[in-house]
Amino acid sequence: MSSGTGVREGATAMNLADYRRADVKMVPTRNGFGEGVIEAGSRNHDVLGICADLSESTRFEGFKKAHPEQYVEIGVSEQMLVAMAGGLAAVGKVPWIASYAMFNPGRSWEQVRTIMALNETNVKIAGAHAGVSVGPDGATHQAIEDIAIMRVIPHMTVVVPCDSVQTKKATLALSEMWGPVYLRFGRDKSAVITTDETPFEIGKAQTFREGGDVAILACGILVYNALIAADRLAKDGIECRVVNNHTVKPMDEAAVADAARTCGAVVTVEEHQKAAGMGSRVAEILAQQCPVPIEFIGVDDRFGQSGDPAELIEYYGMGVDSIVAAAKKVHQRKA
Amino acid sequence: MQSLSTEDLTALELKANDVRQGIIRSLLAAGSGHSAGPLDMSDVFTALYGHLMRHDPKNPQWPDRDRLLLSCGHIAPVRYSAMANFGYFPVEELLTLRKFGSRLQGHPERVSLPSVETTSGPLGEGLAQGVGMALGAKMDGKDFHVWVVTSDAEHQCGLHWEAVLTGAKFKLDNLTAIVDRNFIQIDGSTEDVMPLEPFAQKYRAFNWEVYECDGNDIAEFIETAQRARSYKGKPQVIIANTIPGKGVSYMEGDYLWHGKPPNKEQAGEALRELAAARERILAHE
Repeated sequence: MSSGTGVREGATAMNLADYRRADVKMVPTRNGFGEGVIEAGSRNHDVLGICADLSESTRFEGFKKAHPEQYVEIGVSEQMLVAMAGGLAAVGKVPWIASYAMFNPGRSWEQVRTIMALNETNVKIAGAHAGVSVGPDGATHQAIEDIAIMRVIPHMTVVVPCDSVQTKKATLALSEMWGPVYLRFGRDKSAVITTDETPFEIGKAQTFREGGDVAILACGILVYNALIAADRLAKDGIECRVVNNHTVKPMDEAAVADAARTCGAVVTVEEHQKAAGMGSRVAEILAQQCPVPIEFIGVDDRFGQSGDPAELIEYYGMGVDSIVAAAKKVHQRKA
Repeated sequence: MQSLSTEDLTALELKANDVRQGIIRSLLAAGSGHSAGPLDMSDVFTALYGHLMRHDPKNPQWPDRDRLLLSCGHIAPVRYSAMANFGYFPVEELLTLRKFGSRLQGHPERVSLPSVETTSGPLGEGLAQGVGMALGAKMDGKDFHVWVVTSDAEHQCGLHWEAVLTGAKFKLDNLTAIVDRNFIQIDGSTEDVMPLEPFAQKYRAFNWEVYECDGNDIAEFIETAQRARSYKGKPQVIIANTIPGKGVSYMEGDYLWHGKPPNKEQAGEALRELAAARERILAHE
């Protein structure tokens, strides 16, 4: 058992919600974006919302009503979304551009690289409907490669918040920082883990639970599964540190290395391909700074399919059982 | 906008000749790069920097300056040469084109040279950014004009037409696209590779105001661009008919000069031709 030595920010200071309740509050992360972008638009009238025909599902509708003069609809044209936003940013605007992650940055990647990143413009991408938890729409609409294609781009900031409350905070924080950013969130209702009092800082991982046997580094809605898995593992005598590793780029290297050093074994958890995602970045850091056994939770080089979100999370090996099994495996490997 | 006197026109023609000489010298020094497009757009860039645009080389980030975007970034040598010849940086710097550490990257980069306004090279993206700038200007009540130079072949890119649709939707009359209609691209004639005609009709159907002119006639281009700029209610496009490689006889009309530089002998020949042309301008022939 660990007392969490070396942790810069104790789990007790996180002011989490009571996520263990059977009736835990369930809200889609996209709602947090919708609320955050309205407030960002109120704080700064140069904040724009630009949408490619998905205003309801990306949760831009509230912004459209609250700030009609700051809202631009351009139809089904995701490359245009990025390029036009680049032009608007060049004359001082702070454009949030929203579509499904599969189409932006999926379809628009070269424009993202050239116009947003190489050209260093202050454009903010909201990537909605990320992960297999999109559900019935099926594989064409389930972005599970987007973290990979965004985290390899220089100058890009990549944030994957854990719940709707944090998505709102992230939207506000990203609106106020200068530079190209990618905010990834999902469609389905997911557990609300944090509260208004939970701190949030871009680039600073958060320890949501203390433990010294295995470190579970998670991002997005699966942070909840990681916490539930940690409770189950505790009953089996394995104490896990659970880290909300929300900023994939620039990743909090100190927090990642500290978790590995303290626990000696790591499980990464993300709703994304195992290849080149958050877990891969963790492995890159640890290979250099603190090599320890790692297990990866994510989609294993496959595409998604239609289905119920929870069913798909289980089927693709990202459910609580899979995390528990991975933690036990990595715990044995370190012995 | 001021009208063009004979003296002004002669001065601009001499500038265009300087711009062409700068292109040849920089391409020779670089040992790679594109020849035909830069040469055929020398008159247009001279007209823009020398007469049409509101800009100040001594204050390149002046917020109210007109924005000039070069969508087809591969013809950067003409923009660099025009900028140097109009006082943005020393003409000698043109010899650093495409070299390590130079601000004059093979394709323009805004971060190293802010007055190019944006980073370009991947085709079909400039007009889309111009639409953003023009819309931003409208939102803020700014009266600067946005000029976007495009190649004809990049009209084969889907994104360009997304921008054409969007420009029309927002009635961006502060936006003028200029098409270098030279009919060539890397693999041959545009009409063989992927036909663009009927070209003007396409823009008309997309609800743009369409102008056509000789893009190698400075006076005609300026007169056309002034009419375009003052048009209200729609974005405008100027189809500038140009001769690829214009000004260097052995390059003119030959698509093989799209993507290669002259060697030393060829550059010498080109500079001799341009020097002779300069004498003819001075003699008002």
